Amino acid sequence: MAQLGTASQIAAGVRSGSLKAADVLEQHLAAIGAREAEIHAFNHVMADSARQRAAAIDAMVVAGHDPGPLAGVPVALKDNMCTRGVPTTCSSKILAGWKPPYDGTVVTLLQQAGAVTVGKTNLDEFAMGSSTENSAFGPTRNPLDTNLVPGGSSGGSAAAVAAGFAALSFGSDTGGSIRQPAALCGVVGVKPTYGRVSRYGLVAFASSLDQIGPFTRTVADAALALQVVCGHDPHDSTSIPDPLPDYSALLERGVEGLRIGRITDLPAGADPDVAQRVEQAFEVLTAAGATIVDVEVPAFTYGLTAYYIIAPAEASSNLARYDGVRYGLRVDASDTNAMYSATRAAGFGDEVKRRILLGTYALSAGYYDAYYGKALRIRRLMAQDFAKAYEQADVLLTPASPSVAFPFGSKTADPFAMYLCDTYTIPSNLTGEPGMSVPFGTGRQGLPVGVQVLAPALAEPLMLQVAAELERAAAGLDQGGAT
Amino acid sequence: MSDRLTNDAVVKVARLARLDLTPDEIERATEKLGDMLDHFADIDALDLSAIEPMNQPLPIVNVMRDDVVEPCLDRDEVLAAAPQAEDGRFRVPPIIGFAG
Amino acid sequence: MSQPTWTQDGYELVVGLEVHVELATKTKLFSASPNRFGDEPNTNIDPVTLGLPGALPVLNKYAVELGMRIGLALNCTVQPCTFARKNYFYPDMPTSYQISQYEDPLNIDGWLDLPDGSRVGIERAHMEQDAGKSTHVGGGEGRVHGAEHSLIDLNRAGVPLVEIVSRPDIRSPEQARSFVNELRAILLTIGASDAKMEEGSMRVDANVSVRRPGAELGTRCEIKNVNSVRSVGRAIEYEARRQILMLDAGESIRQQTRHWDEGDGRTHTLRDKEDADDYRYFLEPDLVPVMPSAEWIDAVRASLPMLPAARRTRLAEATGLAVDSEAIGSIVDRGQDDYAFAVHDAGGDIGRAVVHLKEAFAELGAEPALPAADLAGLTRLEVEGKLTATQAKTVVAELIEQGGGDAAAIAAAKGFEAMDTSELETMVDEAIAAQPDAWEKFRAGENKAMGALVGHIMKASRGQADGKLVTRILNARK
Ligand SMILES: [Mg+2]
Ligand SMILES: [Zn+2]
Repeated sequence: MAQLGTASQIAAGVRSGSLKAADVLEQHLAAIGAREAEIHAFNHVMADSARQRAAAIDAMVVAGHDPGPLAGVPVALKDNMCTRGVPTTCSSKILAGWKPPYDGTVVTLLQQAGAVTVGKTNLDEFAMGSSTENSAFGPTRNPLDTNLVPGGSSGGSAAAVAAGFAALSFGSDTGGSIRQPAALCGVVGVKPTYGRVSRYGLVAFASSLDQIGPFTRTVADAALALQVVCGHDPHDSTSIPDPLPDYSALLERGVEGLRIGRITDLPAGADPDVAQRVEQAFEVLTAAGATIVDVEVPAFTYGLTAYYIIAPAEASSNLARYDGVRYGLRVDASDTNAMYSATRAAGFGDEVKRRILLGTYALSAGYYDAYYGKALRIRRLMAQDFAKAYEQADVLLTPASPSVAFPFGSKTADPFAMYLCDTYTIPSNLTGEPGMSVPFGTGRQGLPVGVQVLAPALAEPLMLQVAAELERAAAGLDQGGAT
Repeated sequence: MSDRLTNDAVVKVARLARLDLTPDEIERATEKLGDMLDHFADIDALDLSAIEPMNQPLPIVNVMRDDVVEPCLDRDEVLAAAPQAEDGRFRVPPIIGFAG
Repeated sequence: MSQPTWTQDGYELVVGLEVHVELATKTKLFSASPNRFGDEPNTNIDPVTLGLPGALPVLNKYAVELGMRIGLALNCTVQPCTFARKNYFYPDMPTSYQISQYEDPLNIDGWLDLPDGSRVGIERAHMEQDAGKSTHVGGGEGRVHGAEHSLIDLNRAGVPLVEIVSRPDIRSPEQARSFVNELRAILLTIGASDAKMEEGSMRVDANVSVRRPGAELGTRCEIKNVNSVRSVGRAIEYEARRQILMLDAGESIRQQTRHWDEGDGRTHTLRDKEDADDYRYFLEPDLVPVMPSAEWIDAVRASLPMLPAARRTRLAEATGLAVDSEAIGSIVDRGQDDYAFAVHDAGGDIGRAVVHLKEAFAELGAEPALPAADLAGLTRLEVEGKLTATQAKTVVAELIEQGGGDAAAIAAAKGFEAMDTSELETMVDEAIAAQPDAWEKFRAGENKAMGALVGHIMKASRGQADGKLVTRILNARK
């Protein structure tokens, strides 16, 4: 995989003319050809259009034009991002075969930056899940061990980068759906500040929580990707208008003088192998000149409950548009109400139905105050607690996932067991603050562990600065399984 | 099994959500959702009356666009994606009852 | 204040109105496809209008401004506001939720004064999006019941609406009609909507209940599908009588949504409120709050034109006519009051101008092609006694037809010679001599008898005599 190069290396090579986008693409298509049948990272591979695109980029370079900062970089997109004329299914039967008549903003930005889209990646249906087992088109397998899940819901995007199918991929993170699969697949995954990346064209799961972000092999690639996809979009009312920082500026600076927060009342639940790596992360940062400070985030523990009320509530409304009228599946019936109910029953999988029911319940007359209303107050409490913590610490460190990659079927019987995968990632979706997972050594059976770096709103440069230090330290770690 | 949720409540919610569930599915959903509500009991005792609800992460206000027309989508392309179309319109089964 | 009331068998009528008006924007409330009536079906569509996956709403600033204009014209407080989702399934609602304002509407707590002097409270005037249009195929007369299938056109989906909710202050069908008329006049004056009930750009729902005077509010029924101002009165009256009959028969009123049928002149049950959906309102996470600045509100307030009530008062004061007279009402409705003042400013007589406007200008719109100075010239001739009212009418018709001209020249060409007073005095003498009986009766105080004398003079003068002047001379002789 390493011989394929990082996104930064590919873009630099293609822009300078020393690499051909077409050759880069063929290498990646070859990797797809070799392992995609086994891994199933993609719902849809776009070999033909990618070849045309790569040729066009090479022609631009020959003609003396700069194709952009992601020139020739093979990119994979989670299949919940609208791509004009290309199937966008959310891994759901209800949208099978649907081709959007428009491109999402991120898709347009990547196009303008010279990226080459190689395909649409598999996910848990409508991004609801933590293992990519809830796909209507079958699960994605972890490239590091195909008996294990890649995490989810952006499992296909994480696997695509881990398997060398793409140098860069994008996922969406509503409760950890980028960071957790990044951790399980041993790649870098970033959830930017809510509103930093446009959601226009991202099929909504939970509108106030969803955020698009990159999967990369290196922290530097993540900074490069953010530079392209972040920014204000007039098509998204929740888009942040602030100017962009230079995301790469602090990568080499180190952590000397930074205050790294340890959450003393963090909910228990991380496996010992994971917890041990996180401890080691604190140690290497201390060794690099940072100070560890203890902070408290009492509301952290209520995050899971608040999230599993708010996200399904919003989802129940967002997914009401799949009614068999204008696009997607229809199951015929004698009247419209019967048609809706039959269509939605046939089109949605069990987990999606469960969350629609839960969310409908939480919003319905008589229950709103006890569930949805209360969850929104916990959300405020959470934001206040984090604000206090960030008065004492510059960034916070936690596990990204409570465990390393787990076997298929091991959490499917009990939905709540699966929900626990999001324990450490959920709070930053509720607050809108950025978080990322950076690979930091291995745990049980030599499987990768991800350390999560959390930062205040818009502090991505600082977060990347710390992640870069962890990345450098990880290179020197003993990669054996911690015990 | 949780006593937080009854079958009838799930039947009502499934109707609101337009999900045609078999009695068996209702049974299973009631059990799973009840379990979930039990897990959510950790917030029952919290007194949050003094805390303002927070429905969005960021305090952005006054985002508006100018009243300027932009190109429309192509009707033929859009209707081609519809399950059924007729006379330039989306065709649906008869509408019985009114939900809104 | 005089307030028209309607009572029947000891019951009083209580009505609140909910009026939806489509705003006169170029684009939709949350997207940039055209807000235009009458286009080919499904041509004014975009990802937001279609409720496509991934589409996001962005608020139309001009729609908010028109919403504020409506609120300010209705004496409301404009306040920080939010949008919410009202969740329900219907094929003409593409997202299966309507984005509307629930807890924090743009405008609250206003009122509307009606020409008769009564005041109707305005609870709120909030913004929301319209639904598309369903056409029912295969049933009787395009009705939903018995249809084989329906066809959906989404051109109207997402069109900006303001819903104006009155307080239950209305007490008669006549007052309800007056409310709708006055509201419509305001909307047209401020340019917020074309307010055409027949095209659906203004839609009225009526909440109707009856009670014994002074009793608690009765159970109300909401009447939908009222498509003309006339129907507003008819539907309310029918519904009130229906409820009274039920109550007198010892039955109770069920809270219902009812449908007005123009054909049979009745209201019919659409659905009971008990089985109404649970809308699961929650704040729209894809939109952010709107907090209109004081500067913005002030600027919108300052840009409001003079409203119909003030226009009527102004014209009534200038002419001496009653503020609720037909002439004042119709001229202001047509927006011709500015023209009347232009005639005045050109040295004309505004009272005579209003007489001509009321009759001859009915079809001419707010800005008649006839130069105000020309009409002013005509009114001067009348005031100077050089033309009779009848002659003036003829000249006005000629002026309108020619698009202007010199009234004196037209009068001369028509042979309308002004008779001087001495000529008239002679004619009066002749009339008294010819009709001594009438003269005696008139002198004795029988005013009716004057008709015979005036008739004689008119005949003798072949209509050239000024009736007013003749009356004055006769009275002076008495
Ligand atoms: Mg209403
Ligand atoms: Zn409404």
